[in-house]
Amino acid sequence: MTTKRLSAIALALLTSTSAYAQESTDPIKLTLHDWTGQLITTQLMGEVLKAGGYNVEYVQADYLAQFAGLETGDLDVAMEIWETTGREAMDAATATGNVVNVGPTGMQAKEEWWYPLYMKEQCPGLPNWEALKEPACAEAFGTAETLPKGRYLGGPVTWGGFDDERVEALDLPFEVIHAGTDAALFAELESAIQRQAPILLWVYAPHWAPAKYEGEWVEFPEYSAECYADPAVGLNPDLAYDCGKPFGDIWKVAWAGVKDKWPGAYSAIEAFTISNDDMGAMITEVDLNGQSVEQVVADWMAANEATWQGWIQ
Amino acid sequence: MARAVPAPATGFGLRRGPLLWVVAVAGFAALWLWGDAALPWAFEIPRGWRPPFAGWIGGALDWLTDEADFGLFTFRELTRFVSAVIDVPYQVALGLLSDGASVFGVPVPPVGWLGVTLLVALLGLALGGVPLAALSGGAFLFIAVFGQWTSAMFTLASIVVAVPLGVGSGLILGIAGHRWKRFGRAIVPVLDLMQTIPIFAYLVPILILFGFGPTSAMIATLIYAMPPMTRITMLALHRVPGEIVDLGRMIGCTRRQMTWRVMVPSAQEALMVGVNQVIMLSLNMVIIASMIGAGGLGFDVLSALRRLDFGAGLEAGFAIVALAIALDRLSQAAAARRPPELQSGGFIARHPFVVAALAVLVGATLAGLALPAVQSYPEAAELSTGSFWSEVVAYINVHFFDAIEAVKNAVLLNVLIPVKRFLIGLPWLGVAGLLALAGWRLGGYRLAALTGGLTVLIAATGLWEEAMTTVYLCGISVVFAMLIGLPIGMLVAERDRLWAWVRVVIDTIQTLPAFVYLMPAVMLFRVGDFTAMIAIVAFALAPAIRYTVLGLRGVDRSLIEAGEAMGCTPLQILTRIRLRLAMPEILLGLNQTIMFALSMLVITALVGTRDLGQEVYIALTKADAGRGLVAGLCVAFIAIIADRLIHAAASRTRARLGLADGGAHDAA
Repeated sequence: MTTKRLSAIALALLTSTSAYAQESTDPIKLTLHDWTGQLITTQLMGEVLKAGGYNVEYVQADYLAQFAGLETGDLDVAMEIWETTGREAMDAATATGNVVNVGPTGMQAKEEWWYPLYMKEQCPGLPNWEALKEPACAEAFGTAETLPKGRYLGGPVTWGGFDDERVEALDLPFEVIHAGTDAALFAELESAIQRQAPILLWVYAPHWAPAKYEGEWVEFPEYSAECYADPAVGLNPDLAYDCGKPFGDIWKVAWAGVKDKWPGAYSAIEAFTISNDDMGAMITEVDLNGQSVEQVVADWMAANEATWQGWIQ
Repeated sequence: MARAVPAPATGFGLRRGPLLWVVAVAGFAALWLWGDAALPWAFEIPRGWRPPFAGWIGGALDWLTDEADFGLFTFRELTRFVSAVIDVPYQVALGLLSDGASVFGVPVPPVGWLGVTLLVALLGLALGGVPLAALSGGAFLFIAVFGQWTSAMFTLASIVVAVPLGVGSGLILGIAGHRWKRFGRAIVPVLDLMQTIPIFAYLVPILILFGFGPTSAMIATLIYAMPPMTRITMLALHRVPGEIVDLGRMIGCTRRQMTWRVMVPSAQEALMVGVNQVIMLSLNMVIIASMIGAGGLGFDVLSALRRLDFGAGLEAGFAIVALAIALDRLSQAAAARRPPELQSGGFIARHPFVVAALAVLVGATLAGLALPAVQSYPEAAELSTGSFWSEVVAYINVHFFDAIEAVKNAVLLNVLIPVKRFLIGLPWLGVAGLLALAGWRLGGYRLAALTGGLTVLIAATGLWEEAMTTVYLCGISVVFAMLIGLPIGMLVAERDRLWAWVRVVIDTIQTLPAFVYLMPAVMLFRVGDFTAMIAIVAFALAPAIRYTVLGLRGVDRSLIEAGEAMGCTPLQILTRIRLRLAMPEILLGLNQTIMFALSMLVITALVGTRDLGQEVYIALTKADAGRGLVAGLCVAFIAIIADRLIHAAASRTRARLGLADGGAHDAA
């Protein structure tokens, strides 16, 4: 931590206390979940708010169970709600009027079928999805329970994702097995990579796995809203979901009362954006290079002072 | 379980009404094989016939959380008040153990690791002498050395509040249930539901009512961990010898004196079993509590496993075990201790431990101000297994995966999948009929109405397939757990030293969060039913062993000696005398094994099974409290059916063997 940064924070503290004197001094409660990217995003926001003179408290909470707390105002801000996994819970919460969507974080959630690079030897046609239709290729991904079909390890049922429908619509010789949690998903990936064994599974980014392991995403026909909604659109005229998965924003949500209680903080949260690349680099620092989240956040803040100063103006 | 549970029942039935059973089974088989075309509704209840239970329950909950009003205050204000009250002792405990506090504006530092460890060791010395002092102090030292101190104190703070609350309220409910028989009968089914509905099912309403944070986690812990205390209290008071009660009456005790001076002290030994269960079950909840804001060791386990850092997960997991064992052994010793003899002398001579504890408290706090190493354990002296465990798993994975895979596939293809297909294909109507018949043979019309009725209710929710998947997964796991647990129990029952070691092992697997071994299991066995089964068997093994040992050790020695005198071989003594006489306990062990297996459903949902546990989990993620509770109630119904049938079978066995109807065993 440099003196320059310290003085910058002190300055920010001075100016902001005068600017936002009318705001509540109660702590703003930010929720922490159990994946690194979210910890970084949240602590980044929290440290910026602290620099702006706010009282900040971090609360550990379950990704989905937290909405109950956001609705009652027990919790104030959740920094990462993924379009791809949290949409339904977020919609249900915003429909009550007690939770508001504070806008995108700037990060794009990507998720798709993923394989380690060494599988290209057995399925040379990859990453084109049509390679998966080859019986030999599907068998390479198979196990005793699924043969002659291949095995695709999907995300937890709760993530949705329409993989069962996709397999049917694209007539892929694969069986979809659902992992129960994200930890189970990556435990299988790690196991397969250690043995250089075949695996085809759901991977999402930003995450440490695509940074740590060499692999590629399967390229399906590009997603469109019509492809999901209208059977006639896409390759298969009779079925919907005959395309890849959508990319989506990662949203910030807050208790509806935040805007009135801490208007300055609310606009800072609204202004917060970060790119996939910045986030990917920070996740790698923490998960692969063993740095602490606090350290990585402090480094980013020292390097990008102009950016975050802009948020709390 | 349609097959697994009534198995003993069939045995009794055949003796009395073989014809009846032959007819019933034949009818069932006919329905199963040919009924599909004629009576399709006997296999799956048509959508239109299913009452919208989920909507009803969801609506009732919405009303309770949003609208219920007592005039002066709303229901939610009441629960928030309760939550604020519980928060006070928690904040005090947290301040003492971890955060420090500010008393009248003067900052007071926390006791620090050295102070807490010394205090615990001192407590051990006072209650059980040097061995206990070494054990409990060692457990806390272990936590400090492995760098788990801060998290462990968070967990400990909520445990030291939740356990007395659970014990106290359990005791009071139990006493009330004993005094007013009608009330006692009314709460038994409620206790069943509290223990068997998976916690995820009622998490959302609890969070809304009690707020997000440690207090909600404590309320959830209370709901799950309190029932054994109430049950044991009722049972223990019921079994206080009549002479003692008469004596109390003769010397003119008031009702209050009778309860607190006579009944409770004479039931103390059994009550301590309840305390032990409350401690164990509270620590069991640590992981789930951490998901809703309790933090502490549970959070460390979860986040370590998300990074696939098995070593860190194991270290945090064993810190939970260390807490559990230290607290349990201390509470056991406190119960076993005789009242101290009156000693003469000054205050210091009469209360050496109190004085020493105060000295440690003040000394450690003051020393902590001067020396930071006394306050928080120096990071440089921390130990860690580092990547060792991850490397062990990687080594096994790389070198033995093919062998493991072969065994797994053999079990999966030859046992698991056929049983699953068979059970899922059974018609609900036939299953309900057979269970009702078993209930009738074992316990009469009321039991028949209960078992048959609950089965029909499960079918009516439309979750029949999920319910049968649950029965399949838990049923097979229970069979394996009993197959492993019974021989171990027989082996160690007569060997005290071995039993002491086995006890440590089963206490460990009971309190070590399943997540710790679930993720390595996923690496070696892939996602699926087999992995789930391993987790369930590991967890349900403990009661299978415990109750077998309890039963075998309780066999009257004179009967064994009589057998020896008559020239029985050791094998005959085991099979003809000891196992037979221990049968009631073993049956109750089976009962508990089933309960434990069902309570693991929430965890197995995390590796992707498609059972009722998964349904509860999905409902949680969709914040659909009605749907979650319906699935949770189905789990509870399965548990109640199994419990009642086994209970009836056990008391019949007991009657047949001429044993008194004792049962300190429906403990947990």
